Amino acid sequence: MSAEGSLDLRLPIGWLFVTLGIMLAGYGLATGGNAAMYEKSGGMNINLIWGVVMLLTGVVFLLLAKRGAAKG
Amino acid sequence: MDLVPVIHLSAIDYAVMAMYFVFVLGIGFALRRSTKSSSDFFQSGRSLPPWVTGLAFLSANLGAQEVIGMGASGAKYGIATAHFYWIGAIPAMVFVALFMMPFYYGSRARSVPEYLKLRFDEKTRTLNALSFAAMTIFSSGISMYAMGKLFNLLLGWSFDVSVLVSAVIVLAYVFAGGLTSAIYNEVLQFFMIAFGFAPLVFLGLRSVGGWAGLTARLTEAAATKGLAPGAYTHAWQGMTSAATNPLGVEWFGLVMGLGFVLSFGYWCTDFLVVQRAMAADSMIAARRTPLIAAVPKMLFPFLVILPGMIALALTGAAGGGIIPAKLAADGAPLLDAAGRVVMDFDLATPMLLIKLFPEGMLGLGLTALLASFLSGMAGNVTAVNTLWAYDIYQSHIKKDGSDAHYLWMGRAATVGGILLSIAAAYVAGAFNNIMEVLQLVFAFVNAPLFATFALGMFWKRTTGHGAFWGLAAGMSGALLHHGFTLPNGSVPGIKGGFFGLLHTYPSEMAQTFWTAIVAFMTCVIISIAISLVTTPRQDIELKGLVYSLTDKPQDQGIPFFKRPVTFAAAVLAATIALNLIFL
Repeated sequence: MSAEGSLDLRLPIGWLFVTLGIMLAGYGLATGGNAAMYEKSGGMNINLIWGVVMLLTGVVFLLLAKRGAAKG
Repeated sequence: MDLVPVIHLSAIDYAVMAMYFVFVLGIGFALRRSTKSSSDFFQSGRSLPPWVTGLAFLSANLGAQEVIGMGASGAKYGIATAHFYWIGAIPAMVFVALFMMPFYYGSRARSVPEYLKLRFDEKTRTLNALSFAAMTIFSSGISMYAMGKLFNLLLGWSFDVSVLVSAVIVLAYVFAGGLTSAIYNEVLQFFMIAFGFAPLVFLGLRSVGGWAGLTARLTEAAATKGLAPGAYTHAWQGMTSAATNPLGVEWFGLVMGLGFVLSFGYWCTDFLVVQRAMAADSMIAARRTPLIAAVPKMLFPFLVILPGMIALALTGAAGGGIIPAKLAADGAPLLDAAGRVVMDFDLATPMLLIKLFPEGMLGLGLTALLASFLSGMAGNVTAVNTLWAYDIYQSHIKKDGSDAHYLWMGRAATVGGILLSIAAAYVAGAFNNIMEVLQLVFAFVNAPLFATFALGMFWKRTTGHGAFWGLAAGMSGALLHHGFTLPNGSVPGIKGGFFGLLHTYPSEMAQTFWTAIVAFMTCVIISIAISLVTTPRQDIELKGLVYSLTDKPQDQGIPFFKRPVTFAAAVLAATIALNLIFL
């Protein structure tokens, strides 16, 4: 069996990004009321925004992996 | 001028880092079951798709020197640092894709030195394999040392623990899954670096008032340094003379020294990156690999150079902002000859990260930094274990071992490579000057390499004796040039001038580029001269190894827009456009 046949790389990338996205967005939601914490980033809740971006990116990778698996 | 405060990470930052390492190690162990032969371990069974090998081709080069070093250069030289990408990488990546990959992949050589053996002889291969392996181990050690030092400075982590933990992580996943594991993790690291630094650039630009605000602040910084107003925001301004641009190099030295000799020498002959393309699942995939890598590569200046420029804008050329001062041995800020504070540009990107990222994102940004260190280290280790197993062990020590034996030897070489890298990291810490000397020696070794490969691939008359002695003469030419020249303001010693002084260059960079040009020309002249008086090999022996004697890859069946040559033209057009935008 070839090395490539054993693991579709889009799966670990997708799951890592989904996991990190949930962690960051969750933390952003939990700390959203703490204005002092987000002074560094110019008042922007960057944890929430970037967490959602990473989560969506992860979902795209997982969908690509699913499509690849369906194609065989 | 601020000193560097030690940062205390929160639980969320550590959780982000830990999650990343779980996935990195998970990939290694998931691939362990499918790594059954030496071909799987050293060449990924030549089975990887081009998007994976392409991003790994880029990411293997995305070590600490790239992320930290290019940020530092951005703070020091401004957008002119992008020449290292738009002049110093993209043309060579296009060249290796179109003209050299057919030989590397088509010859079935398992490594770059093995190609030299097939084309020339054993002595040329051994010279290249030994010098590359030594250079790679030391650069891995220097990278490890830089990482341990940086995380000790920023986070107060123990140097020993940082070095050992990173070494164990890389060892675990390379030992388990070989080249495939390293490549998969390099791609993962590419995405981590991209997603860790993109928000840094966004927040950084926002904090200085966008591109217009950045330009206004850097115009002030340029005036303070006595440079033209656009010196930091225009890549080609003042390039007619070394005295009128931040790099201190004139355009010919830049284009010929960096854009041709050094760049082609690295991207076209360095086994660390070529190995990624050789793992592709077909000839067309191998040819596409460097072209796929070229797309993010041309955009990387905005990810790694801009943070340095933003840090400079938030600091000012006179200091006093987020870039800290370099410290003298007594702990006081270091001053230059004019009495100005010397800034520690290597800390430009890390300090910007700490300034702009809150808890959570800080963990992501630091994980991206760690990822760059790990990908550089893993790339070095996989290149060395392959060279050791194929080009040294199998060629000179045990020629008739079983496949299982060479697989075992590859894993043993991985452990050995990691241990030697750790030793090199401690040598770098104990004898800083020794490492500078070694890096200088390796620069001499590398400079003439492309001449040897180009003559071998494109002139069938080149002989093994011509290649070997041309390479040796090129290295000697580099040593002599360095020994008889000095950069402005330097004293004879490691910076040059140790044989006497025939010429003074306006900057170290100019001296480096011209050393490369001299080495290249010496190698070409001597190789041709010796080849003309020695016996060449028969044409039949060189089929598949020399351009004029090899069937060209046929792209007729491939749609026009999917052909490598079309892709290459688009990459070059985009690179020219970027140069024009930042003219």
